[in-house]
Amino acid sequence: MTDPAPPTPAGNEVLSLERVSLWLSGREILHEVSFSLHAGEVTGLIGSNGAGKTTIFRVILGLEAPSAGTMLFGGRPRPRRNRSIGYVPQHVDLDPDAPLRTRDLVGLGIDGDRLGIPLPSKHRRQLVDDMLEAVDARAFAKARIGNISGGELQRTLIAHALISKPRLLLLDEPLANLDIRSEQEIVDLLSRVAKEQQIAVLISAHEMNPLLPVMDRVVYVASGRAASGTTDQVVREDVLSALYGHHVDVLHLDGRILVVAGKDEGHHAELEKTTKAPPRGVA
Amino acid sequence: MFSGFMVNAWVVATIVAVVAGVVGFFTVLRGSAFVAHAIPQAGFAGAAGASLIGVSTFAGLGAFALVSAVAIGLLGKRGRHDAMTALWLVFMLGLGALFLSWSQEYAAAVFALLFGEVLGVSTNQVLVTAVLGAVCIAALVLLYRPLLLSSVVPTVAEAHGIRSQQMEMCFLVVVAVATTMSVPVVGALLMFSLMIGAPGAARSFTAKPLVALGLSVAISLLIVWISIAASYLTDWPVGFFVGILGAVFFIGGRAWATWRRSDVGRGDEADPRSGAGQLQEVGQLA
Amino acid sequence: MTGMAAILGGIFEAGFFTSGPVRVALLVGGVVSLVSAVVGVFTVIRGQSFAGHSLGDLGTTGGSAAYLLGVNPLWGFITSAVIGALAIEMFGNRHPRERDMATGIVLGAGLGLAALFLYLGTVQHNTSGAAVSILFGSMFVISSSMIPVFVALSLAALAVVALLYRPLLLSTVSQEIAFARGVPVRAVGMVYLLALAIAVSLSCVTIGAILSTAVLIGPAAAALRLTKRPGLAIAWAAVIGVTVTWVSTLLAYDSYYWPPAGRGWPVSFFVVTLVLIVYLLADLGSRQASRRAGARAMGGNDGRAGADGRTQPAESWVLGAE
Repeated sequence: MTDPAPPTPAGNEVLSLERVSLWLSGREILHEVSFSLHAGEVTGLIGSNGAGKTTIFRVILGLEAPSAGTMLFGGRPRPRRNRSIGYVPQHVDLDPDAPLRTRDLVGLGIDGDRLGIPLPSKHRRQLVDDMLEAVDARAFAKARIGNISGGELQRTLIAHALISKPRLLLLDEPLANLDIRSEQEIVDLLSRVAKEQQIAVLISAHEMNPLLPVMDRVVYVASGRAASGTTDQVVREDVLSALYGHHVDVLHLDGRILVVAGKDEGHHAELEKTTKAPPRGVA
Repeated sequence: MFSGFMVNAWVVATIVAVVAGVVGFFTVLRGSAFVAHAIPQAGFAGAAGASLIGVSTFAGLGAFALVSAVAIGLLGKRGRHDAMTALWLVFMLGLGALFLSWSQEYAAAVFALLFGEVLGVSTNQVLVTAVLGAVCIAALVLLYRPLLLSSVVPTVAEAHGIRSQQMEMCFLVVVAVATTMSVPVVGALLMFSLMIGAPGAARSFTAKPLVALGLSVAISLLIVWISIAASYLTDWPVGFFVGILGAVFFIGGRAWATWRRSDVGRGDEADPRSGAGQLQEVGQLA
Repeated sequence: MTGMAAILGGIFEAGFFTSGPVRVALLVGGVVSLVSAVVGVFTVIRGQSFAGHSLGDLGTTGGSAAYLLGVNPLWGFITSAVIGALAIEMFGNRHPRERDMATGIVLGAGLGLAALFLYLGTVQHNTSGAAVSILFGSMFVISSSMIPVFVALSLAALAVVALLYRPLLLSTVSQEIAFARGVPVRAVGMVYLLALAIAVSLSCVTIGAILSTAVLIGPAAAALRLTKRPGLAIAWAAVIGVTVTWVSTLLAYDSYYWPPAGRGWPVSFFVVTLVLIVYLLADLGSRQASRRAGARAMGGNDGRAGADGRTQPAESWVLGAE
């Protein structure tokens, strides 16, 4: 396999999944999913709804135990107190009147799992201010979190996740409800964060194009199966067709990529005859 | 009003108010109005049964409240009005009615348990109330941060390692204990009014969590003190004053918040319908 | 034959069928529980059980006001229920949390008022026990002169439900579709709420304000466990509701000489207990049925399992979130 651009030199493997499978209620939800995440890299977890993206997140967060396979964090099994994984969910149901301001929520990211009431300290306030500055949230720092816009809430949640200096940052469909300009801003922000703080960032999306400019690796998920590698390695007709179990066409248009269901049965038959070795991770 | 047996009443009332303010803060945050309403109902049956067999109503109340709190926690119905929960709770009330119907003091006992009364607080009860109150407050102070996170953004809290079910269970147990302390004074049907009215009002005045918590306690104290005094002076039931004052403060808080919001400008609240453009107008809020 | 007679004699204590109050109780109780069950099915399907529960609790205020004024409690119950229904219609569309809090506050104020009215009424009329009958029902002391009123109101509520049957069902399933079909969704909802108010106030008299929920949602919830079809569910609910009420009346009558107090157990206690038992049985039965069905199909249950791993029970939409 030839890579036009070699992946970012990152020796630090933050997370690796090795043939992880998950069975729930008698159905196989994930089948031998394997991929790894490295510090300083942005990885896209691409797939349609129901493909298994959220399940993979839940497994990483320890909310579901894999039925088979192994998961290692920096070479070691999952630690109990997990301050080294930041998580930004897709949906949060907030009460508009809830007495919690943006800066309070961000502050809770520092030590939200500790007992007792935090005493106000200059150091703490400074940390929060710095983080708010970093995600450009100072303007609404004192607003109620139930009152800010979706994009602002998202930046707040990112700040909350980052303030504890995690090694891994997970974002569940962060681009789903944003307009194009906000999409750009968030993507740039996340890329900057990954590089500057040497964090492994995993972003799930059902549409990979907004992520193309910053994505170092991609994990493509369909029906609980995954293919991982660089964009050029994974987003190809042979790989994705094998993944989906039926023929798909990969169209390149002006730097963007479209994956569409194929229409030619004959073409599919031809694909069967190719002998290219599939990239790592394909079932 | 401040001598003799009333001293005990004031002490107990004060403790109850503080606990209601603190527990209520989280109750409103979690949207658990239904649970706050439901647990005392179950307690009612326990109290009725206890008084029947001559055991302390406190103990009966507490036992039933605790069991139902745990049951609700295990069944995982946080604020959901499930048919099973509703029917079970109504059954509890019916059971309480049955127990009381066997006693001599049927009507009077029902009234006191449901609507509260000031008299009849022994020194022993003061002690028990103080201890239970301290336990409740200590628990919530200890769990302040994880409970806050888990109440507002449960999925993010899970990522921190804070299990929602555990938090819910702890919270429900605290509610059960708080309820047990408060029913003899405020009444089973009106306990929740105190627990919702005070924090509901407090959050209208401030967005800072600790301040809202403090304000919730302050308002709760105000409500209870006024209610006790008024009840003593007029002989009218305590529950009446608590229910009305709870509503008054709550509505007052909302009115204040609405008035404030129509006056967009500097202040510690951004315009509710904030978009990127409007935010710039609000200016530096650092 | 004497064996049979003996058994029947044991079940139906002497004087059951000849007692005046019992006859009134059977008639009124039966009719009221019928109405409650039917209206209750819609209430549960529409996810408005909490509203129904609140209207019942609010009945305490109306009933105690009526007591203070010396008027028949039914009028008090109706007044408070109708006011409550209007309030629900006005504020009902808010976020559930806000709605729950607002309901709680209103309920608190209402119950506070009830406490005052009861106290004042007791002082004024020098009787106690009003609280008990308002809260826990007074099925055996309904005056027979009120029978026409009960029957008329019940028929009115049933008529409303019958007339609104299709538009109500449609707008419950999907407001948008109903709207598109020309159904005045808001009006239908409002009229339905009024029927609910009537049903609730009627059962406030028989079972009591804070227990009325049992006959409203109990039979309905049980019926919906047994079948998905609304028409059949209504039939089942009606049968369950009336049967439970009649059996409870019988048991309450029989309990007159039971220990420990020798003055009978409250009817409403039997009602809520039997309702709970029936619901539990129906729930158990439906779980068994779905387990057997699931075992036949592959996968273990008849829910849908998405890739996110969560399964939805097939009937959750009916008793679902409100």
